[in-house]
Amino acid sequence: MSNLAKIERDPNYQELVRRRSSLGWLLSAIMLVVYFGFILLVAYAPKFLGIPLGTGVTTIGIPIGLSVIVLAFVLTGIYVRQANSSYDVLIRKIVEENRS
Amino acid sequence: MKRFAWLSVILLASVPTIALAAGAVEGGSKQATNWAAIGMFVGFVALTLAITYWAAKRTASAADFYSAGGGITGFQNGLAIAGDYMSAASFLGISGLVYTSGYDGLIYSVGWLVGWPIVTFLIAEQLRNLGKFTFADVTSFRLGQTEIRILAACGSLVTVAFYLIAQMVGAGKLIQLLFGLDYWIAVVLVGGLMMIYVTFGGMKATTWVQIIKAVLLLSGATFMAGAVLYKFGFSPEALFTKATEVHPKKLAIMEPGTLISNPLSAVSLGLALMFGTAGLPHILMRFFTVKDAQAARKSVFYATGFIGYFYILTFIIGFGAITLVSTDAMFLDGSILEKTKSGIAAIKGGSNMAAIHLANAVGGNLFLGFISAVAFATILAVVSGLALAGASSISHDLYGMVIKGGNANEQDEIRVSKIATLVLGVLAIFLGIVFENQNVAFMVGLAFAIAASCNFPVLVMSIFWKDLTTRGAVVGGFLGLVSAVVGVVLSPAVWEATLGFAKGSAPIKLDNPALFSMAIAFAGIWLVSMLDRSKRAAVDRDGFDAQYVRSQTGIGAASATAH
Repeated sequence: MSNLAKIERDPNYQELVRRRSSLGWLLSAIMLVVYFGFILLVAYAPKFLGIPLGTGVTTIGIPIGLSVIVLAFVLTGIYVRQANSSYDVLIRKIVEENRS
Repeated sequence: MKRFAWLSVILLASVPTIALAAGAVEGGSKQATNWAAIGMFVGFVALTLAITYWAAKRTASAADFYSAGGGITGFQNGLAIAGDYMSAASFLGISGLVYTSGYDGLIYSVGWLVGWPIVTFLIAEQLRNLGKFTFADVTSFRLGQTEIRILAACGSLVTVAFYLIAQMVGAGKLIQLLFGLDYWIAVVLVGGLMMIYVTFGGMKATTWVQIIKAVLLLSGATFMAGAVLYKFGFSPEALFTKATEVHPKKLAIMEPGTLISNPLSAVSLGLALMFGTAGLPHILMRFFTVKDAQAARKSVFYATGFIGYFYILTFIIGFGAITLVSTDAMFLDGSILEKTKSGIAAIKGGSNMAAIHLANAVGGNLFLGFISAVAFATILAVVSGLALAGASSISHDLYGMVIKGGNANEQDEIRVSKIATLVLGVLAIFLGIVFENQNVAFMVGLAFAIAASCNFPVLVMSIFWKDLTTRGAVVGGFLGLVSAVVGVVLSPAVWEATLGFAKGSAPIKLDNPALFSMAIAFAGIWLVSMLDRSKRAAVDRDGFDAQYVRSQTGIGAASATAH
């Protein structure tokens, strides 16, 4: 497959791979750290999550838990936005240049 | 087509009669026959059967059957994924868990959601670019077809089997409670409808059943959570205050409780939930139903949004149930209440009924009927997705690729798939009845553990690691599968609770084996691949570059509609 070597040398392809992998792994790492951070808090510091916010009964654990859920959605959104705006353009260029 | 029409007529006609018959012989634990619920459920079944009829006429090729011809949009697929994933276990189970333990329910919600971003970042697009019908298309892309397909089929079928049994038993119990039907009738009804949807309508019908269910469930849950918040002037603080006043655990429901006591157990469960999501065959299969990688990526984004939103709602619903259900004698079992003095423990039908009773409390009998029908629809949608994934694994991976070496006649393959669906359906009904009185809660955890320890490591390594070889994948994958199963059997949940050995005698203290079974799988894959000097290993490694380019760009990927 001579086309393969050509695509691999294509600067657009190299940029696509570099950008997509670095963002993908970075966001995965953030999600992992945040989630396992949360799990470790649950396991080792349940009392910390039970600290009340202000004078009410709502504890600090509630916004923390909810924000992990919201963060999952936001991170996914960041990735999809990046992919829609820049990766797709690069992919289109690569496909056009390497049409055989 | 005629056959289909007849079957549906018989099935539809039998629903009210069965209910009537069951109503007459009602036992103590069952609810009174709920006509509003049955009416709405019959409406749902009629609608989905009409869709199945429509889909059956448009399902001719293998691509139609397995992947709806790739014609589902990103938004539709997002809803369908959500419909596939938000099982009755997560709706009733999590709201029930919040009802009994408060904050602990949120820990599960979080765990069940965080796998989705990982799927988006690392798997969704690559999967769509490399595969056609099943995730084994991806893992076997450059590796030895026969061995990898067999491994993937084992991983898929074992995952599907455990998940399916758990759903069937849950379905039987739930329907018994909701509709006043006998357990076995409920199981047969679920299995029968599932077989009709999948054999006649394939992925198209399954997808639409899931979409409709997702919309119904999301709107129902939104209404319930909205009604709860409305009662408390849209102030969560007021809701929590009241809940801590009436709940016997008082302020303790606002922090992590006893559910997760052992830190290692917590991490292990977290791993299983997070990476299991990325290895569930019925979920992975959904990415082949869209046009291309872009649509696959968008569909996970929508799905993450819907599922996250839904889990936040279940949290509010659980707290709503604490305030409105546990304080209302109508929903409580008088004799238990007298003994325990706790409205939480005395709830009629057990804590899984919290959301159902809350529907009655905020919306009356009609809304109760609606939510009951939605719960049934939820089960149907999930079991259909599971059956389709299991059947595809048998027909596409085992029959088409292993037995026929990739040269199967398309119509034969579809026929095998339909037969496999029927066999799985009958098996699910049979096992559902056999396991009626067993504690099957561990089975969902087991399904996630196997998905995380067998399917996920092989999938992610095959996509990203050049040096992976066939031998490495097979050895590591099977090690993961076996250690997950053994780990569950030796865990306290099965060893003590199900097998009845003395408390504290379980050889492995972790409730979920993912922590070590995933490590074993990855270590096995890595070590065996590195030591592999076979001829096949060279072919496997040489194939990586071409696969990587295709996974990144989609050049050469199976086109959307293969007509």
